[in-house]
Amino acid sequence: MQTGAANLSNHRQEHIVGMLLRAGVIIAAIIVLAGAVLYLMQHGSERPNYREFHGVPHNLQTVSGVVKDAFALRSEAVIQLGLLLLILTPVARVALSAVSFTLQGDRMYVIITLIVLGVLLFSLFGMKQA
Amino acid sequence: MSILLFTILVWLVSVAVGFLGALTGLGGGTLIVPLLTLVFGVNIHYAMGASLISVIATSSGAAAAFLREGFTNLRLAMFLQVATTVGAIVGVLLVTHVSTTFIGVVFGVMLLYSAYVSGRLPPEDIATGPADKHSETFKLNGVYPAAQGHQPYKVQHVAGGFGVMFTAGVVSSLLGIGSGALKVLGMDRIMRIPFKVSTTTSNFMIGVTAAAGAGSYLKLGYIQPTVTMPVMLGVLLGSMLGARVLVRAETRILRIVFAVLIGITGIEMIYKAVTGGV
Repeated sequence: MQTGAANLSNHRQEHIVGMLLRAGVIIAAIIVLAGAVLYLMQHGSERPNYREFHGVPHNLQTVSGVVKDAFALRSEAVIQLGLLLLILTPVARVALSAVSFTLQGDRMYVIITLIVLGVLLFSLFGMKQA
Repeated sequence: MSILLFTILVWLVSVAVGFLGALTGLGGGTLIVPLLTLVFGVNIHYAMGASLISVIATSSGAAAAFLREGFTNLRLAMFLQVATTVGAIVGVLLVTHVSTTFIGVVFGVMLLYSAYVSGRLPPEDIATGPADKHSETFKLNGVYPAAQGHQPYKVQHVAGGFGVMFTAGVVSSLLGIGSGALKVLGMDRIMRIPFKVSTTTSNFMIGVTAAAGAGSYLKLGYIQPTVTMPVMLGVLLGSMLGARVLVRAETRILRIVFAVLIGITGIEMIYKAVTGGV
């Protein structure tokens, strides 16, 4: 069982992590907004058609494709890059938790946290496309 | 309707949903999919992608605010996230093999269940009983600050809670939602964790579970950037505004109104799914 003092020090760490997360979310939102302005200037007057599912273009489905096209300033890829950054914020929180458990010398929870991190990374990078 | 008008309208609706969700503490994410499909005619897979992204936005955006009020049990969160993230992967494997009618019906049932959970007041903190032996093994018990000093609590029914969390993970990827209602069921009702701890711990878990699903959604082509963009920006702004004007004592009527709204949406969703409108 945790002692009150250990729990409070966790709380302080969590506070810092909370601020980092918020910063990540705000940066993600700014990138999405920039992509949105680009996109609406280019395509704002067209008609939306999202009724049928075709899947988004392949280059918007992978991390590498998104990054490459975003740097070429393709508006949809810029938005997708912001969304990708947002997806990474909880992943970062889990990674920071692993550091926290390592500092506490809690081997069991270092392992549990690495399992969670592994599943997250597998989902993002590992899983074969359906 | 032009893309510009579509974007503005979806954004406005998302601000409202995010605002109401934060104000009532219920999370408005579950309403995004029905609104996009039923009102805006968006395909349910794109709607699920946009919704799952908005879940991450509210979770990470609210983390800083939540940490001031409550007390995340990091070990408990991490332990249960093994179940929710693996569940999320299983949900992704399922989602490609079921019909949109099936998704629509399950969604409707989930909305009805959320309405039922939301309509009730937060449970009183339960006097804790003897701890489950697994909660000792996994060091899940903790303390939280209360008016009368540090209050210890013991986690019960660990295996049952773990199972419910796995289901919550599956549902999260199957429907593109945070499945907060199921997480609350698991932590409050089964594991008997104090409300103050379960709310903040659940907020962390919802974001991580959604990220596990979203990574795979990306590769399935469900994350349509131009649909997701107004939803993400709207829900984020709405939930930040909502957190600011949050006055807990006066949200009771709002909670009930919101619960009724979710319930009606659930019935509508099932009806449309069965008649082929989703």
